[in-house]
Amino acid sequence: MEENNNNFEPRIIAFVCNWCTYAGADLTGTSRIKYASNVEIVRFPCTGRIDFMLLLKAFAGGSDGIIISGCHPSDCHYTSGNFHARRRWMVFRDMLDFMGIDIERIRWSWVSAAEGAKWADVVNDTVDKIRKMGPYTEYKKAAMFLEEEKICHD
Amino acid sequence: MTKITEKATSLLSEGTVKMIIGYEMGTERPRPLFCHTAEECEKLIMNAECKNNLAVYLTKKEIIGEEKIAVIGNYYVVKTVIQLQRENQINLDNLMVMTADENGEVITFTTIDEMKEYTDTHEPAPDPKMVAALEKIDKMSREERWEYWKSELSKCIRCYACRAACPLCYCNRCVTEVNCPQWIEPWAAPLSNMEWQINRVMHMSGRCVGCGECAAACPLDLPIGLLCKKMGMDIKSTFGEWKDGNVLSTYNIGDKENFIK
Repeated sequence: MEENNNNFEPRIIAFVCNWCTYAGADLTGTSRIKYASNVEIVRFPCTGRIDFMLLLKAFAGGSDGIIISGCHPSDCHYTSGNFHARRRWMVFRDMLDFMGIDIERIRWSWVSAAEGAKWADVVNDTVDKIRKMGPYTEYKKAAMFLEEEKICHD
Repeated sequence: MTKITEKATSLLSEGTVKMIIGYEMGTERPRPLFCHTAEECEKLIMNAECKNNLAVYLTKKEIIGEEKIAVIGNYYVVKTVIQLQRENQINLDNLMVMTADENGEVITFTTIDEMKEYTDTHEPAPDPKMVAALEKIDKMSREERWEYWKSELSKCIRCYACRAACPLCYCNRCVTEVNCPQWIEPWAAPLSNMEWQINRVMHMSGRCVGCGECAAACPLDLPIGLLCKKMGMDIKSTFGEWKDGNVLSTYNIGDKENFIK
């Protein structure tokens, strides 16, 4: 299993806000800081816009890990978007854990536009962690349920 | 003549209200009754077996119409009315809310504050079966919880009875019926069933009154009431007793979490 995991390249989806983390990730690039290329960034106007369904869809679509990041509290471009988001995540995270969905695969972070180095750390950390955890097969299996059924019937 | 019947008959004969929603005895258990005449009021009952949350009808214009009506419901009906009023879904000028105590004495509420006082002081004891089920799930590992919910929810036939029975699921257009984007696939499969329940419960977060009608309505007896119950408990322990507005439609700068790093 360990050997398999060493070859395994996790697929990470990052949902980030336009004003802080996206700019921060941009700074990482312009500062020539190298970080893991496993991450695919999806830009949102605000963390408040990140619907909880997007996380579930990311897992169903084959993502092994998720990064959610936005402006630090009190720094939101729209004043309160991240406060609303924070509340939603507090409730949602408990809900997912209760249903047995692996919340360790979701990394929440605040990365400001000036924290290019922090963004690289967040991504590298997450990729390392997910690489150790291996692919999120149990969720993918549930997502593939109908296709498997079809194969059985054929 | 019981006191409920007496009260209902006088309300109808005086013309104070056009209709009264209450409970009557069905073949096995009490069921909702819509009284328009004094004769129908004879059937009205109220006891511990009256579980239906009658507030589900209060947001249905085709049932209640424009005229003033009265509802004689249980504890959860009163609690739901408070929540519906917070969400501006009902007009209290056109609605009379009543309940009955264990002696059959009718209690009439005239203001929201009276209802709040009643719900604060009369909360029913938690269902021991539910408490035991929650404890059992709490003891499971994450993998066991996943298997448990996957196997339970894969039985779901997506009849949406949980949605229909819930007095706070009143959207005209539900997220499951939106197909652009298609958030939740409409067919019954383990993952889409789970996604549907997660959606339902998230949309209920901080609003759910805990009446358990979703679980009671489920034709497959799925433990979906546990999801609402657990979420309610989490919100209570994280944000305290929430009295005004909805937990998720507001925020507090001092909210404490330990997972955003």
